[in-house]
Amino acid sequence: MELIKAIQTRRGAQLKLKGAAEKALSTAPPSSTFALHPDDFFGLTPKLSVKEGDKVKKGSPIFFDKKNPDIIVVSPVAGVVDQIQRGAKRKIEAIIIKASSKQEAIKLKIDGKKGDADHIKYLLKQGGMWPFIQQRPYGIVANPSDTPKAIFVSTYATAPLAIDYDFTLQHDQEDFQKGIEVLNHLVETPVYLGVSKSSPGFFEQIQHVNHYSISGPHPAGNVSFHIQEICPINAGERVWTVNPEDVVNIGRFFNSGEFSGQRTIAVCGNGIRQPKYFVTSLGVELAPLLENVGKAHDNVRIVNGDVLTGNRVSANGYLGYFNTVVTAIPEGNHFRMFGWLPFKDNGVLSLSNTSFSRLFGSKGFDVDTNLNGEERALVVTGEMEKVFPFDIFPMQLLKACLVEDIEKMEALGIYEVVPEDFGLIDYANTSKLEAQDIIRKGIELMIKEVG
Amino acid sequence: MKALRNKLDQLRKPFEKGQKLEKFAPAFSAFDTFLFVPNHTTKKGAHIRDAVDLKRTMVTVIIALLPALLYGIYNTGYQYYIQTGSPFTFIDAFIHGAWKVVPMIVVSYVVGLSIEFGFAVYRGHEVNEGYLVTGLLIPMIMPIDIPLWMVGISTAFAVLIAKEAFGGTGMNILNPALTARAFAFFAYPTYMSGNKVWVSEASSVDGISGETILGNLAAGNQVNYSFMDMFQGAIPGSIAETSALWVAVGALILILTGIGSWRIMVGGILGAAIMGFLFNLWGANALMSFSWINHLVVGGFAFGIVFMATDPVTAAQTNKGKWIYGILVGIFCIMIRVFNPAYPEGVMLAILLMNVFAPTIDHYVVNGNIKKRQKRWATAQNLKTA
Repeated sequence: MELIKAIQTRRGAQLKLKGAAEKALSTAPPSSTFALHPDDFFGLTPKLSVKEGDKVKKGSPIFFDKKNPDIIVVSPVAGVVDQIQRGAKRKIEAIIIKASSKQEAIKLKIDGKKGDADHIKYLLKQGGMWPFIQQRPYGIVANPSDTPKAIFVSTYATAPLAIDYDFTLQHDQEDFQKGIEVLNHLVETPVYLGVSKSSPGFFEQIQHVNHYSISGPHPAGNVSFHIQEICPINAGERVWTVNPEDVVNIGRFFNSGEFSGQRTIAVCGNGIRQPKYFVTSLGVELAPLLENVGKAHDNVRIVNGDVLTGNRVSANGYLGYFNTVVTAIPEGNHFRMFGWLPFKDNGVLSLSNTSFSRLFGSKGFDVDTNLNGEERALVVTGEMEKVFPFDIFPMQLLKACLVEDIEKMEALGIYEVVPEDFGLIDYANTSKLEAQDIIRKGIELMIKEVG
Repeated sequence: MKALRNKLDQLRKPFEKGQKLEKFAPAFSAFDTFLFVPNHTTKKGAHIRDAVDLKRTMVTVIIALLPALLYGIYNTGYQYYIQTGSPFTFIDAFIHGAWKVVPMIVVSYVVGLSIEFGFAVYRGHEVNEGYLVTGLLIPMIMPIDIPLWMVGISTAFAVLIAKEAFGGTGMNILNPALTARAFAFFAYPTYMSGNKVWVSEASSVDGISGETILGNLAAGNQVNYSFMDMFQGAIPGSIAETSALWVAVGALILILTGIGSWRIMVGGILGAAIMGFLFNLWGANALMSFSWINHLVVGGFAFGIVFMATDPVTAAQTNKGKWIYGILVGIFCIMIRVFNPAYPEGVMLAILLMNVFAPTIDHYVVNGNIKKRQKRWATAQNLKTA
């Protein structure tokens, strides 16, 4: 493996949480219904292709983007559209599909010899595989008519309780290689593949890529950071990113012609009795999975994703489109007497030295959802920079977003970040500022005003 | 504990939304959250949050202030008793000091917190904890014999003009505690300088007097204190500023807990040391030839650089900016001391001056990042058109 760059950082933090999944792949219990949530695709306005009661096959279009009809989201399963859930102003919140016993799939004919970008794009769009390709800036589904400056795939995951891709994709090496070959047709320079410096796993044997290594604490695994280090985005440029498992899915699709939405997930967290890895599909019901692993008690919050960036979901909810972990942690709706007293509560996870928690909890911490304080004015400085490895001034960018100063946001680097990069800032800042929310609104504004 | 919690929940009822006292909810919350960290859970964004909050941060600063405060209280009594010549014990000195200092602290907290609570209710936001520190700092940097009503007026001025007029906590340009001192300094100069204010009862008892070391030097008098005296702090001066030793303990607490910026502190000491050293070489007057190392331990420099210059709201906010800001505070402090005999205490003015320039420093630091990005964009553009 020849490295084009070894990225290193010390800024960030590895939060040690209890409840990591045991390293063994289990087969998921069968799911009778599946769901797709348009909200999983940031910035997409859904237009339905089906109505309640329609029969669908695996790979049948369910909805597409109003602004860009080429972006089609398809059904991960054959069955019947059971329910279309709508929220306020008739916003489509979920499309629930009841799986049928007979599994039929739409099969595309793939001509292995044809390798031009347009044909590959056509197949990806028709097969419903396109939404797996995400675009930077903004972290939205890529526009198929663009030609990106580069494609990035990062196999180094650093989020709390994140999965180990070398472990979850251990049987999928061939499909991964195939997926890389496909993606290579879409760009001039081969795909940039990020691997962990200490344990690159089988990813170092992948051919025809630009390998780079990363080491450091979270958010070092975030692909935005790698892009900034290797191929920073300038105004008007596009870089695409694909999650490792979706590279596998794309590879599998080009081998079989059928939509593939495999998800190898960890159901974990200290709200779970027996955290496990499952091989399953995107959009599956969470209830059977949760029953399998067991909730510690009833006052537990289920999060689609990791505890820093995930979305809250009800226990009868469904796995998100892009999530690789489902975390359950106890709700923290309790009072702590004199909890603000320095060095009093040392069992609460903290990056600050105002408690001795660093000295304890080598086995990890039990965390809950308590805000541990109240929202306050921005007073403390320098704490965001400690957990933010980017060459960006985080507080200044947040302030620019708050006052909606587009020129300043652009100049301070809004194109180079997505909300999840601010997850640790959400966690760490003393004033309990909602940094991800501010960045998300900032990006929405940029999409509206600049595009 | 459970009973107390239930009682509080019961008391809270009239303050809840739609109830009679809804407007005063921030005032009630301030007391409630002082007893219990509330049961609020994360609503959006990250689902888990760090245990640190502003209350804990501010309380840590107060803990760091305690060594200097306690020594200051003792020194108040000590300075009084050695002048009167009567025999005394450590306890006597401490009790005399507490008798003088505690009322000042009470006045500062009562006046300042009343205004803070008023604004919180008026503006409908929670009471910010910042004043817990400011309210303690104000008496700590005043001369011991200043009348209590002056403490009250200075506090009111600082909170109203320096803080609330700018939008409250987090928005102010000038350090509120220093603004209070500067107000007193210019409004009541006779109570803030000379040889009748620094030692307890000097204003009322004829036999007692005492000038600060810097004041003596500025007046061209001899100074009979050794370096160890100055370092330990058994000298006349504002209440808690005299002991570099106990200030250093506070600095250690701030640095180890990560609450105070070591960059500003180290920068300030570097700036002051270099400036002092250069003046030593020049040596045109008593203050100039006052050894640079002595400059670091006399007057309010140590206290100012550790507790006032590091106020995160009024200091530079970028890491590089903090270095520049700290160094300039140090340089200006010594420069004002040496060049302006009317203001022997330079650190107050140096910090206030740099408070004003801190946003400018940050502007240039942040602009460096912006320029780098724009340059990269321009190169990318050229490549495309070429």
